[in-house]
Amino acid sequence: MRTLAAIETELDAFTAVADAPAAAGRLLGLAEEVLENWIVARSQRPNEDAVEGFRLLALHRQGARGVPSFNACRETCREIAYHYNLLAGEPDHALAARRQLMMAMLAKHLALFVSGKLQVEGLGEFCCASRPLRQEPTVQP
Amino acid sequence: MADSPRQDKRAEYQRVAYYPGCALEGTGHAYNSSTKAVGKALGLELDEVKNWNCCGAMEVKNIDPKIQTYLSSRVMSIAANEMDAKVVMAPCNGCYHNLKKAEHDLAHDEASRGVVDRLSQKAGHAAYRPGQVETIHALDWIKHGLGEEGLKKRVKNSLKGLKVANYYGCMYTRPRHIFPEKDRGPASESTSQPHFMDDLLAAAGAENVDFPLKTACCGGAHTLSDSDTSTRLVLNILRAAEAAGADVIATECPTCHSGLEMHQVRAEKVLGQKTTVKMLYFTQLLGLALGLSPRKVGVHENVSESGELLKAKGLA
Repeated sequence: MRTLAAIETELDAFTAVADAPAAAGRLLGLAEEVLENWIVARSQRPNEDAVEGFRLLALHRQGARGVPSFNACRETCREIAYHYNLLAGEPDHALAARRQLMMAMLAKHLALFVSGKLQVEGLGEFCCASRPLRQEPTVQP
Repeated sequence: MADSPRQDKRAEYQRVAYYPGCALEGTGHAYNSSTKAVGKALGLELDEVKNWNCCGAMEVKNIDPKIQTYLSSRVMSIAANEMDAKVVMAPCNGCYHNLKKAEHDLAHDEASRGVVDRLSQKAGHAAYRPGQVETIHALDWIKHGLGEEGLKKRVKNSLKGLKVANYYGCMYTRPRHIFPEKDRGPASESTSQPHFMDDLLAAAGAENVDFPLKTACCGGAHTLSDSDTSTRLVLNILRAAEAAGADVIATECPTCHSGLEMHQVRAEKVLGQKTTVKMLYFTQLLGLALGLSPRKVGVHENVSESGELLKAKGLA
């Protein structure tokens, strides 16, 4: 699992490609990784379930358990799933390139939202790896 | 989508108690003036809640949610018990959300009722009882009080040619359980795909673009504690609107609106990322369509400079 910063960098560099379903799969995977970051930072193991055929939606459900405000990204996750379906179902559509870019923006929004939530919840400085360090009691010299 | 308004609400919404809330007296002043101007142009009456107070916003809610419930209940109590109103209209998403939340808490939580009873007695006013008033948003007011067909008949200056991304923010539909009237079929608002603003602006002639971030977080809660995250969230919303082909982002919340405006400026200054999409309240756009002047609906008060665009589209 990559850090959110690495995922964001990849999303920023994203450009639309001819193989729309492949791009959709890649972007969906990045969005799933974003939610994995959130779940791992909360000391849980990301599930492998699917909701309505999408692991992303199952991960969102897991991530929102006990944190109602996490539902603020629910529709963003559903829009990512919707754009995945559009790109997988209509790979040659005239708007395929725009749809890919929009899906990348949706994934980026999810990454930014989760970054903010990690900050608010005190779970890490944009990287869950720092959490165990920050939970150590401060040792006074 | 052009849904029929709920006919059973039409009579009730002709004259409503108006709760502008704190933001509409400050940064959201243009939303206040444009809401009043549009109401007047449409023949819908507003009767401002007397001696209203803050709804509790996020500050009070974070410290003690029951105090927020009381503060919101006081507004509804005045409307119901001192003004004999049946409907309270709150154009601000935060106020709207908090009044709906208070309504829900008082209907379902004994402890909340106890706090409201005690504080109301101490403050010397009747305690609010759930069901005394219905809280609605400005979108409900126009959608059900007049409807798209009524609006179309009054349009003097069509928004034709104006491409709009409708941004609802995250508090207009969340959490779903405090909005029992939503998701009730085609005439009701949807919590997953809200469309009332789309419907009204389409009736005024605008071309709504496909905008998948219409309910996405704008980072409003992080504005002071983590401005960079807010700026990046807003920048992403602005870019998505531009990628969708929008000239304008229509807003229906003063917090979202000022957040989009402020962070558009900040994104350019701090991150060097310039975007050109304009922000206007949906009431400002409706007002222009109804033939009101840009000054009348407070376009000059917006941080986002839309004068040239409006001139180019024949709206100013």
